[in-house]
Amino acid sequence: MIYCSHADLGGKPAAAIVPEPEGELFHASWERRVLALTLAMGATGSWNIDASRAARETLPDYAELSYYAIWLNALEKLMLERGLVQADELALCRMIHPALPVARVLKADAVAPALARGSPTVRVAHSAARFEIGQAVRTRAASVGHHSRLPNYVRGKNGVIERIHGCHVFAESQAQGFGEQPQWLYTVVFDRSEVWGAGECNESNPLTLSIDAWESTLEPA
Amino acid sequence: MNTTDQSEGDPAVNHPHHHHDGDHSELDPMTLRVRALETLLIEKGYVDPAALDMLIETYETRIGPRNGARVVARAWSDPAYMQWLRDDASAAIAALGFSGRQGEHMVAVFNSPACHNLVVCTLCSCYPWPVLGLPPTWYKSAPYRARVVRDPRGVLAEFGVQLPERMPIRVWDSTAELRYLVIPQRPAGSDGLDETALAALVTRDSMIGTGLALTPAQPVPP
Repeated sequence: MIYCSHADLGGKPAAAIVPEPEGELFHASWERRVLALTLAMGATGSWNIDASRAARETLPDYAELSYYAIWLNALEKLMLERGLVQADELALCRMIHPALPVARVLKADAVAPALARGSPTVRVAHSAARFEIGQAVRTRAASVGHHSRLPNYVRGKNGVIERIHGCHVFAESQAQGFGEQPQWLYTVVFDRSEVWGAGECNESNPLTLSIDAWESTLEPA
Repeated sequence: MNTTDQSEGDPAVNHPHHHHDGDHSELDPMTLRVRALETLLIEKGYVDPAALDMLIETYETRIGPRNGARVVARAWSDPAYMQWLRDDASAAIAALGFSGRQGEHMVAVFNSPACHNLVVCTLCSCYPWPVLGLPPTWYKSAPYRARVVRDPRGVLAEFGVQLPERMPIRVWDSTAELRYLVIPQRPAGSDGLDETALAALVTRDSMIGTGLALTPAQPVPP
């Protein structure tokens, strides 16, 4: 099956933005519960954050769903794939099959320390960085048949290495269940005209864009 | 838990929150679906209901943009802290007590007369939770994610922000696990204010780049 992300939105036509006051976090009570269920199930260690992102971005109705509905659908999908819940249980709203073992269950008194700890992605480097600050690079042009964090709008574009961030867990590997396979991570900066074409080059309103890119998605330019 | 209920197939009847009475006909399908899922996951022993409540309480009351405002106010007040933010934002921010989930690797970016910074995640909704809390709906929605990388001035106009002509703009797309905090320019007329007063001028949007810090004369928005 062809992998299709419906979440890669940079540069696409879209409607007007609706600003929102600072304290407004949820628009229905169930959204609070979806937030909590998603974080608590994530804490069981049954999947990693990149598998979770892949589950969300491949929902066929992604564009029609509200944010927390995306989270809910992806949560159900991740649990169904792993047999943690089964379809008959979701349909009948009750437990029919025994629970599977999970690595851990997040208890109330562990919430604050777990959130404060987070999940750092930096790892010890076992090789030198291939690129240096100021070096010209070109991003991978090819589409890949799996989750990626290289947005479409900067595929096959020339940019410059601006920062080097150490070795980080490689999202593309982790999303596919191939482990962390850490790689050097860089901030790559692009000029507007390179990304959007010379027609959008605007001398009076200069714009630069940057992404954070893993080493294997870059080549020397 | 109400698993002995005779109408087990009906999520409107079979969920753990029976304290409201038996009539849930006014509840929408999403509410019923999420309640049913929560019941199931508790029954399976995967989640602890007290932990669920604690998670919600944390993000509703403890982790939000006032944290980030304290970071900015400190940076405006203390040049050594501002430099620490440039050199090692994760450590500088952790020193004020803000660290962890979705802010493990922080980068501070500094607005100046030479550059206005904006932060986005075009691929999902990556956002620096320890300092800004949960992202606003617009940050997670298609219009902002699609348009800010192409037409940031048009986006800023929808937030009521007009930058000076020729002000360079830099958009940071959060495509890995680095999380970006914009340090807005210190507003005119804020000399002599203490950190608490300065923090009140720092809006959530000013730390994303879709707003500017308030001036002391401006009323704080709701």
